[in-house]
Amino acid sequence: MMAEIENLWVKCPECGTVMYTSDLQENLSVCLNCDYHFRISAKERIELIADKGTFKEQFANIVSTDPLNFFDGKETYREKLQRTMERTGLNEAVIVGTCQIYGIDVELCVMDFNFLGGSMGSVVGEKITRAIEYAAKHKLPLIIVSTSGGARMHEGILSLMQMAKTSAALSYYKSNGGFYISVLTDPTTGGVTASFAMLGDVIIAEPKALIGFAGPRVIEQTIRQKLPEGFQRAEFVRDHGFVDIVVHRKELKDILYKLISIIYNNSR
Amino acid sequence: MEKYFSFEAPIVEIEKRIEELKSTTGLDDNSPEIRELRKQIEDLKNKIYSNLNEWQIVEISRHPNRPTFVDYLNSIFSDFVELAGDRYFGDDKAIIAGFGKLDGRSVCVIGQEKGKDLDDKVKRNFGMPHPEGYRKALRIMKLAERFKIPVLTFIDTAGAYPGIGAEERGQGEAIAKNLFEMAQIRVPIIATVISEGGSGGALAIGVADRVLMLEYAIYSVISPEGCASILWKDASKAPEAAKALKLTAKWCKEFGIVDKIIKEPLGGAHRNPEFVFNNLKSELIKELKVLSKFSPEQLIKMRYNKFRNIGAYEVK
Repeated sequence: MMAEIENLWVKCPECGTVMYTSDLQENLSVCLNCDYHFRISAKERIELIADKGTFKEQFANIVSTDPLNFFDGKETYREKLQRTMERTGLNEAVIVGTCQIYGIDVELCVMDFNFLGGSMGSVVGEKITRAIEYAAKHKLPLIIVSTSGGARMHEGILSLMQMAKTSAALSYYKSNGGFYISVLTDPTTGGVTASFAMLGDVIIAEPKALIGFAGPRVIEQTIRQKLPEGFQRAEFVRDHGFVDIVVHRKELKDILYKLISIIYNNSR
Repeated sequence: MEKYFSFEAPIVEIEKRIEELKSTTGLDDNSPEIRELRKQIEDLKNKIYSNLNEWQIVEISRHPNRPTFVDYLNSIFSDFVELAGDRYFGDDKAIIAGFGKLDGRSVCVIGQEKGKDLDDKVKRNFGMPHPEGYRKALRIMKLAERFKIPVLTFIDTAGAYPGIGAEERGQGEAIAKNLFEMAQIRVPIIATVISEGGSGGALAIGVADRVLMLEYAIYSVISPEGCASILWKDASKAPEAAKALKLTAKWCKEFGIVDKIIKEPLGGAHRNPEFVFNNLKSELIKELKVLSKFSPEQLIKMRYNKFRNIGAYEVK
């Protein structure tokens, strides 16, 4: 009963307003009162961006192994993966595929924070790299929607190297005429920020999304002082020159379409 | 003052006994008693150092007397000219970059420097670079590329600095840009992890045709302390985290991240730095000779494939 009530209503973590979950969902999971952008799943994001029925998932059959035999004291990495897959219905922290945006073919990668904090291990690196290579081969514009706590520590050094792998793939893609739009959503940090997320030809962010390399807690512990208001938020990052546009969720698809049709399609 | 680790205590114990014997009985180094004790030390060293666990290796990699980048710079290269600045913001002294000669041939040398005494450490921010350090490194690499000079990088950092200024000036972007650009630099690149390879801050000068690693260096996605505080909310469990992360040279070679392990003397590079400098120098000369046979296109293709193929997954 409690669960049902909780599911019926939702409280905005930013302004405290309580609203119907259905109203929130209808508003693209953006707070009706203060425009706070709730985190959404990869599937919801794809629905938001792709023309209805056009998304075709690729490389879904690539799954993680446990190269380090990583044990966190409670469970093995394999067990953790299994549990996360069952809980989320996802098989990894990114979904990639092709779709159309108002009729334009694009390659789309969307990360999901629910899957081990959107962390990048071998599979995330491999799927994104394959998506980039596919986009290069088929001359598709590329969109990657990031949300991630960074590289996945359970795969150790192999996770770190996914940063080099995806960045090298983007290097190849861009020098072969590719056009890449990076969309940063709350939160995008660590190894994902320090690789493909910051390599967009155009970088878009959702309002107030946390975007940074080091997480705010790590910085506070290092410098032993409180961080200024708005630090590492999308608007702050834009004002420091590392994001092009902060876009309200309801305008995201239109902006993506505009950028691709004006910039990329001009060369074709 | 020499620093010893707890696992070295039995050795120190015998060394003390030798000193005692020498001062109380007047025995000299050639006496059978002392020679026997010295042999015991050698046996113990062999035993202890051939069975070091991950955390002990982490400790050696951070030993206060361990050679730092400037020592390699001074011992391996001649005619070094340091160049400064990223041309946008400033000069980051956590990274030293410039040009010099290796065995008579021009090379570009870039490395992270943790510093020697306290003033120097502070000046170099304990080897934790800011974005301008990475941008300087890239600027120098691009200069090397124009004049067909190979690039040698030396990695020793706990990580890129987590601070307000670093974030404001785009730490993530600076690292990403280096990974992106290094993938297509048209000259040979050799990276050597000399002590601590801390995460993205290390990799930002580590995209190379050949990756070498010293025997007691570490290379990791996250520091053992960081990993322990995330997993167990307790940084003092770093030894367990070090074990779980498999961050040693042996493992990195096993995972295909590292091409060659550079042998250190028993106990670590600080016990006999010249031994390591010589080993590394001859290895660098050898590797450069091999790499110089390839065209820029071949190098870029091989480098791409090298990183492209890293990862562990199965296709179901």
